[in-house]
Amino acid sequence: MQKKFRILLAKPGLDGHDRGIKVVASALRDAGMEVIYTGLRQTPEMIVAASIQEDVDAIGLSILSGAHMTLFPAVLDLLKRKGAGRILVFGGGIIPEKDIEELEAMGVGKLYTPGASTREIIDYLKKTIPGRRKEEKVF
Amino acid sequence: MSLLDRFFQKDGVALSKVISYIENQEPGYQKLLGRLYPHAGKAYKIGITGPPGAGKSTIADKISSKLAAGDKELGIIAVDPTSPFTGGALLGDRIRMQDISLLPNVFIRSMATRGSTGGLAQTTSEVTLVLDAFGKEYILIETVGVGQAELDVADLCDTTVVVLVPEFGDSVQMMKAGLMEIGDIFVVNKSDRLGAGRLLSELEMVLEIRGNQDGWGIPVVATEAVNNVGTEALLEKIIQHQSYISSHPVYEKHRKNQIRTELSRIVSRQFQELMLTRLLPSPRLESLIEEIYRGEKDPYSSGREVFSRIEVRDN
Repeated sequence: MQKKFRILLAKPGLDGHDRGIKVVASALRDAGMEVIYTGLRQTPEMIVAASIQEDVDAIGLSILSGAHMTLFPAVLDLLKRKGAGRILVFGGGIIPEKDIEELEAMGVGKLYTPGASTREIIDYLKKTIPGRRKEEKVF
Repeated sequence: MSLLDRFFQKDGVALSKVISYIENQEPGYQKLLGRLYPHAGKAYKIGITGPPGAGKSTIADKISSKLAAGDKELGIIAVDPTSPFTGGALLGDRIRMQDISLLPNVFIRSMATRGSTGGLAQTTSEVTLVLDAFGKEYILIETVGVGQAELDVADLCDTTVVVLVPEFGDSVQMMKAGLMEIGDIFVVNKSDRLGAGRLLSELEMVLEIRGNQDGWGIPVVATEAVNNVGTEALLEKIIQHQSYISSHPVYEKHRKNQIRTELSRIVSRQFQELMLTRLLPSPRLESLIEEIYRGEKDPYSSGREVFSRIEVRDN
């Protein structure tokens, strides 16, 4: 059986604007991916715990509150500490260009702002994920 | 260190990777399951099933937080459907499981059905075994939202909880075969809604007509899961059923039935693979479809012809 892409989508922090993330969730589902949507008001701890249990390839965070410079690094840091640094973190929201550059330099994946097409996101995930997977010695 | 070594050292990341390995049916996954099997067999399995939106995830959340507070090791498998059109899935059960998402003794895994139609995913039973071997004492299995005939959960679990809501229907709906036959415990959730009282009394009537099943009188519990009302009573009934079934002679029959189902599933999956890869690979299938479409063949003799290529040796 071919390995499915598993993507966790969540809204960290306090903003409740979930139209965007629901559009992305539907698009990824329609592209044949398994999307785990954990909903609103997630802490970095919750997001990382869920991502490890679900063994996802990528985490997509939607942040429209302006707290992106706190939340993205917090998730990256926790992932590393829990031994899950291979999980790709990408996202979207209202994020200024200069912050995008800074976040990408820290190791965050692609960040999308209003107007991005779902096609771009799907293509990006399909291109990026296979190279980040690691074969493990099972026995 | 191998994945399996880390698994036995109770590494949560390794548990998750082992589950993926099984779920993706990677080469050698049966061998891996064989290695885990001797370590399993201790977990108690609780199935939660019912129509979409009935409150299964919320009930799983409340029950689990009570079990987890009692220091139990807990695994939860939440199943949602895979699209037969795109292969994709939206797994949204965790949204309702926020109370327990950070507890160290709770492990939640969402599974997409991946083509299975019985209310569970293709490998839910195997993943249950993995959680069991990892040391989980209780495993909750939440099915997809079911209609009347998705009943696999009852074979897999020791206690099956059927969750209904006031809109479910009249007593004739409840007398129909299928879903209404697999509950060891029935729940009327959203019981603050109009019609809950009527559903409760009709349900009790229907269950009374059916009578005791091997000495277990099937209880009905009213809940408002979202407000945590009635969930304590539900957990009590589950624990009662656990002690009933564990000590009752019916348990041996139940366990053998589980083994029978499992074995026949394993064999038929191999058979399915054989069919897809050897007997009826895609090009052969497509050309048969063409011939039948053109009227040159009929599906019945074609089916027999395909099957006749297997040589069944006695003994």
